[in-house]
Amino acid sequence: MTETLRETPLAELHRALGGRMVPFAGYAMPVQYPAGIMAEHLHCRARAALFDVSHMGQAELVGTEAAVALETLTPADVLGLKPNRQRYALLTNEDGGILDDFMVANLPTPEGGERLFLVVNAGNKDADFDRIAAHLPPGLRLLRREDRALLALQGPEAVAAISEHAPGVSALGFMGIVETTLFGVHAIISRSGYTGEDGVEISVPGERAEEVARALLKLDGVLPAGLGSRDSLRLEAGLCLHGNDIDATTSAAEAGLLWSVGKRRRMAWDFPGAARLRDELAQGPRRRRVGLRPEGRQPARAHSIIQTIDGTPVGEVTSGGFGPSANAPIAMGYVAPDYAADGTALEILVRGKALPCRVAAMPFIPHRYAR
Amino acid sequence: MAETKFSKDHEWVRLEGDAATIGITDHAQNALGDVVFVDLPEVGRVVAAGEACAVVESVKAASDVYAPIAGRIVEVNHALAEAPNLINSAPTGEGWFFRIEPSVHAEFESLMDEAGYARFVESMA
Repeated sequence: MTETLRETPLAELHRALGGRMVPFAGYAMPVQYPAGIMAEHLHCRARAALFDVSHMGQAELVGTEAAVALETLTPADVLGLKPNRQRYALLTNEDGGILDDFMVANLPTPEGGERLFLVVNAGNKDADFDRIAAHLPPGLRLLRREDRALLALQGPEAVAAISEHAPGVSALGFMGIVETTLFGVHAIISRSGYTGEDGVEISVPGERAEEVARALLKLDGVLPAGLGSRDSLRLEAGLCLHGNDIDATTSAAEAGLLWSVGKRRRMAWDFPGAARLRDELAQGPRRRRVGLRPEGRQPARAHSIIQTIDGTPVGEVTSGGFGPSANAPIAMGYVAPDYAADGTALEILVRGKALPCRVAAMPFIPHRYAR
Repeated sequence: MAETKFSKDHEWVRLEGDAATIGITDHAQNALGDVVFVDLPEVGRVVAAGEACAVVESVKAASDVYAPIAGRIVEVNHALAEAPNLINSAPTGEGWFFRIEPSVHAEFESLMDEAGYARFVESMA
């Protein structure tokens, strides 16, 4: 029995480019193109890589006090978000677990009305948007934008490559967002991404997405990249993947994501799961997300047990692989707080063998975001 | 003269004299992608046909490599420790994994020949 996979508006382009399609969050997505994960990863760090992330969920929350309504579901400071600014946020449950992580932007309508633009993870989008829609007061509308595609152009040359084709983009600071045009096509462009590099995420109408993607691929320095390199890039950048590194059981304190909890919100404790976060701030969380560097060349994968050098289990790897830019195996996972200090010697059990590793600061590769 | 046969686990087996050299096929290395690490068996280990005895790690995932025939491991390719990408660049040459001294010669004969393997790969597509 095979489940029918959904396709993004770029499915035909992926096949034309030789993309190797794999199932991901219910979609057929390219894990890599003929260049391969390693080359695509390194090209993104050196020049610019184009990713199709149209499987992610896009929506607009339109109406007065949209920010007030969204704050009932997230500990982020949404009210304090200035026009044309975007922020990383968590959708939390009553137990303080992380239902999803997402981007929220204050993007006033052309008429100047209140509008929030949301981008959530593909695998959670139905649940997220159902939850948000169910919590809205009368007068607010959540408008899902399944009609739009999402592209990520990432790398040190990304912004320079598109600046003359997209008015207003070169002036954006990190996490700035603008409603503009790209090659004459309506586009919502934010200076953000999931690679640790400078770059943009570009929302365009689905029916124009292939034309925009083909034009981007013609720009000097731009090559297509798949989900494989997207994953190795984000891991080197120390960024969480929901479902692996954060989930409905992990809290913002455990995950080291307290920076996404607004200061005002930490005074008012008026969001789902506030009680747990308050306890964890006072007493310390019972586990912490850390970076790990295994010795040698052997990668340690997700779900591997982390133990002390005496063999006592103290945690679990949540993401692990080989970092092409780090040129070494890298991982992240959760350990008991006593073992979370940088430099702590631990072991990861890989196929029954104890692989020595050390707790390491993240990101593994320094972020190079625009100032 | 050396004769090469193929397993359904996408390994090639080249029998030369008393020992068979084993590696993964070009089709297999292409499916794996960039190899970053190989875990090889101990020399002297006795393996059964179909037994997992090596692991090849790409950027993305780890995959088992199986002994296509029963026997004793008599040599492993130490060059792969420093240059695991040989598996991508020369899968049927310098990217070999290990050599087995077969315990049952008939097992080798039961493997696919090159044309049979090509048909097998075709049937998987």
